[in-house]
Amino acid sequence: MKILVVDDFSTMRRIVKNLLRDLGFSNTHEADDGSSAWPMLQSSDFDFVVTDWNMPGMTGIELLKKIRSDERLKSIPVLMVTAEAKRDQIVAAAQAGVNGYVVKPFTAAALKEKIDKIFERVDG
Amino acid sequence: MADPDNKKLSPEFLDALKDMVPALLEQVQHENMDEAVAILAKLQQARTEHYAGTTFADLLKEKAAELHQRIEAGETESALETLQELQDARDRGLYQEVGRLTRALHSAITNFHIDAKPGEGVQELSEMSEATDRLGYVVTLTEKAANTTLDLVEESMPVAGAMKEESARLKSEWKRLVDRDMSAEEFRSLYWHLDGFFTLLNDQSETLYNNLSSILLAQDFQDLTGQVINKVTSLVKEVEASLVDLVFMASQVDEITGIVREGPEVAAEGVAEVSDKGEGPQINANAEGVVSSQDDVDDLLSSLGF
Repeated sequence: MKILVVDDFSTMRRIVKNLLRDLGFSNTHEADDGSSAWPMLQSSDFDFVVTDWNMPGMTGIELLKKIRSDERLKSIPVLMVTAEAKRDQIVAAAQAGVNGYVVKPFTAAALKEKIDKIFERVDG
Repeated sequence: MADPDNKKLSPEFLDALKDMVPALLEQVQHENMDEAVAILAKLQQARTEHYAGTTFADLLKEKAAELHQRIEAGETESALETLQELQDARDRGLYQEVGRLTRALHSAITNFHIDAKPGEGVQELSEMSEATDRLGYVVTLTEKAANTTLDLVEESMPVAGAMKEESARLKSEWKRLVDRDMSAEEFRSLYWHLDGFFTLLNDQSETLYNNLSSILLAQDFQDLTGQVINKVTSLVKEVEASLVDLVFMASQVDEITGIVREGPEVAAEGVAEVSDKGEGPQINANAEGVVSSQDDVDDLLSSLGF
């Protein structure tokens, strides 16, 4: 399982990577915003994307929309891990095709639950 | 002949008048015109200082009566002079207020210093004079602390993992000993295993203890960043108060000059478009349209069919 973690704060990327490693996912790669994530997604075969919303350059929601409109990438599961906590934003992310939404600050258990749920649905 | 204005002139101006007029006459007699003009200028200044202490509204009342009187008397020229005086006083008030506010803002910004503790950090702090630099310093400090903590945690986790693994292995061997299911050869091996484990336990628990106390110390940024943020907050408050003063003053000027301004158009109500840019963390979780927990997010998503 190859995972791309997209967040503009390196500390948050490290936290997410550590939590993912505890869950048994050690093949993780990092990008600091949508613009740097996009070429990585195109040139490699990622199985899962964890992204923040608010980032300079291309935001997480823009990245999500771009992934969903790309023929090859459109079915990759995307989990949003973000401080954006407005109902309208969560609805907008759902409409754009997000697979899970975790609000910061979050717990390891919440992240695990969402990831398990996503793969349950994808596998089932 | 008594000047009808005498009552309104300040005693300071009258003293200056008595003081300077003989000198003025003397200079004129000696045809020292430059000096004479200089004395006149001083007199004019002393006269205008009279208005500095009174409010524009008082002056307006006073001058309006004077203006009325002069127009009635058909003294057009002096009426225009009165109007000019009013105009000057109004401008002076405006400039004085703008000047005062500018000075207040300037000193609020330049006085923006933090009291650093002697020793660590003083050099860095003294080199910074801008609020934005200070906030950048907060970002740097918090990032450093987060990275230090993460480094130590990443270093500690495998240590704890190895201890757990080793103790699990020894426990299963120990169980065989308790069950008396062990040869003398195996027992000797367990004996030395246990000896090694105690040494390992001693070293590794010490490593963990040291890492934990370093993590504890890495939280000292809160003290410094807290100070910086409090300073920036009070600066923002000062600037806001000064801006409120400026707006209030501008409204008084408008009132005096009779300028009517239209209020800003009220933003059209309706559903705001969700911005792709994001809004950042919601400080008030009880605000309208904001979810207060992960459970709320889950409920919302499940109501949408997730």
